[in-house]
Amino acid sequence: MAKQSDELSELTTKEYKYGFVSDIDADQIPKGLDEDIVRLISRKKEEPAFMLEWRLKAFRHWLTMSEPAWANVRFPKIDYQDIIYYSAPKPKKLLGSMDEVDPEVRKTFEKLGIPLEEQKILAGVAVDAVLDSVSVATTFKKTLAEAGVIFCSFSEAVREHPELVEKYLGSVVPYTDNYYATLNSAVFSDGSFCYVPKGVRCPMELSTYFRINAKNTGQFERTLIVADEGAYVSYLEGCTAPMRDENQLHAAVVELVALDDAQIKYSTIQNWYPGDKNGKGGIYNFVTKRGKCKGKNSKISWTQVETGSAITWKYPSCLLMGENSIGEFYSVALTNNYQQADTGTKMVHIGKNTRSTIISKGISAGHGQNTYRGQVKITKGAVGARNYSQCDSLLMGEKCGAHTFPYLEVNNTSSQVEHEATTSKIGEDQLFYCRQRGISTEDAVGMIVNGFCKEVFKELPIEFAVEAHKLLSINLEGAVG
Amino acid sequence: MLEIKNLHASVGDKPILNGIDLKVKAGEVHAIMGPNGSGKSTLAHVLSGREGYAVTQGSVLYQGKDLLGLTPEIRAREGIFLAFQYPVEIPGVTNKYFLKAAYNALRKHRGQPEISAGDFLKLIKEKAKLVQMDPAMLNRAVNAGFSGGEKKRNEILQLAVLEPKLGLLDETDSGLDIDALKIVAQGVNAMRSDQRAFVVVTHYQRLLDYIVPDFVHVLSGGRIVRSGGKELAHQLEKEGYALLQPEEVAK
Repeated sequence: MAKQSDELSELTTKEYKYGFVSDIDADQIPKGLDEDIVRLISRKKEEPAFMLEWRLKAFRHWLTMSEPAWANVRFPKIDYQDIIYYSAPKPKKLLGSMDEVDPEVRKTFEKLGIPLEEQKILAGVAVDAVLDSVSVATTFKKTLAEAGVIFCSFSEAVREHPELVEKYLGSVVPYTDNYYATLNSAVFSDGSFCYVPKGVRCPMELSTYFRINAKNTGQFERTLIVADEGAYVSYLEGCTAPMRDENQLHAAVVELVALDDAQIKYSTIQNWYPGDKNGKGGIYNFVTKRGKCKGKNSKISWTQVETGSAITWKYPSCLLMGENSIGEFYSVALTNNYQQADTGTKMVHIGKNTRSTIISKGISAGHGQNTYRGQVKITKGAVGARNYSQCDSLLMGEKCGAHTFPYLEVNNTSSQVEHEATTSKIGEDQLFYCRQRGISTEDAVGMIVNGFCKEVFKELPIEFAVEAHKLLSINLEGAVG
Repeated sequence: MLEIKNLHASVGDKPILNGIDLKVKAGEVHAIMGPNGSGKSTLAHVLSGREGYAVTQGSVLYQGKDLLGLTPEIRAREGIFLAFQYPVEIPGVTNKYFLKAAYNALRKHRGQPEISAGDFLKLIKEKAKLVQMDPAMLNRAVNAGFSGGEKKRNEILQLAVLEPKLGLLDETDSGLDIDALKIVAQGVNAMRSDQRAFVVVTHYQRLLDYIVPDFVHVLSGGRIVRSGGKELAHQLEKEGYALLQPEEVAK
């Protein structure tokens, strides 16, 4: 037994070697935050008056708030005056060729099977303008425009479609929402905007396009997606490959709006730098994501695979306002080494016969701490509402933890709420069973974990499901329990 | 094929095996019987390389090589198969996927290319017939929600697909009704050949009516206290383990 625990501690401390390239931005403003900085950001972005007003309201409100302390995560105090709030367009130092990229990162790319040109973009290698990927992106843009889909950077949307931005910005996550969202509202530098018009089914997964184009969106990113009546869009944020990023604090906001009969599928794969095996460094990912099923029969699905970041604080939620609207949350969160994740969802049932499903899979290895925090709230008017929640935790090794905090609030008698939770360990029994059939320990762990996550992976767009599968195996290499 | 010499093994400070000697040749079927706690299952576990047991003395040669230095997966790839007393559930992983991973691991070890999906499907469907298993079971998660009988049949299906040189059956009869027992035994008998040996661990003689052994050994107190032919099993059935002489019983 002693032998096994030695082996275990050795194996669970697999290093994520990823050198960060520091550089000095050409266009940046002084450190710290005050009204002048907020004005400066808005001016630099040449924003209309309503945007500046909104930012200022957010900033003034932010001054009255304090950092939330309820999450089950520990980290040293952040000095918000020590952050540079505007450094767009963030030209990172480009590397000359793939040879300069960390071999570990290249290995990961290869394991994930990412095409070479994309590898270059992700790794920050200078890309020749005539590359295939660029022309592919242009083709995508044309296809989208033909369908009437607006998909552009947030800055561009503010310039080109101010009426849409003004109408929907803050309509799901108001600038007063929470400490990090409010900060984001004041200082956000860029992000993505998508509008799918009435009755249009977006002709492609926005994932592919996104992966090639949406790089360096920055520390305070903002996404707004609106699906008009009867529209459908599937959007994939992030990337299975390790992204270059040197910001420690990330406070993004994502807002989704689905009108009558509209459907939005939002998938996230997050693989940011988690810190080293001693818990040093790594990204703090404090994100506010919320979708509003505004119209009847609308549907919003969140699917997330979270394997990176030192700290993840994230609760993609749904406000189910329209009658018969549906909210779904499928999540896999992996914490290894000293990673901490406090994640879950909120389903607020307001409309009649609204339905929600929550499937959460937490995997903890090393010293990782994994918390599921979910709220299901059924208001008085949400007659006939139904919720099903399932939270499963998988532990690998002796030093990790899994915590589940479900909050249920039901205010009428015609609704049904079901909650199931399990905690299991990757048993020595399971591992031995696999090994006795000739399967190596690593393959066995990958197989068991992927089996555990199957219900979530099947919700991902197919090509990403394959990558997510590989990604989990890579992140768990050596993490045997 | 297998030569166990003076094998001692313990769990923690507690000695379980106290000097086992056993020789098994290709083509033979050996039954290991004995009362509860005599060390039958421990022997099967030690041979398959399960962690948690310390071998304190003795040696095991398998095909002329030192077995005890090999990891469980290498032993499996070298042709040792343990049919578990309590087959383990692996939720979310289909039987088919699991078997294919195992089958290919074995092939890789032998320097052979991976089998094609089509050929593999044909193979497992063929083998599923042997244990009268509904092919739909191949798409269900490994042992998850299987009845006791289904789990044991699944073990024999794996045995049939992986075609080991040495099969260790650990209380394969436990929890089986007579019909399931017959199916399982038929599966094993179909696998008997002069290239392959079996060590059958069982508490009851019943299984040995269907899988007829060449040799029967009685284990008590972590040692083999008696060996004989198949008639020894019948004698045990009639007289119970009480037939053991006081000096043969565990101290």
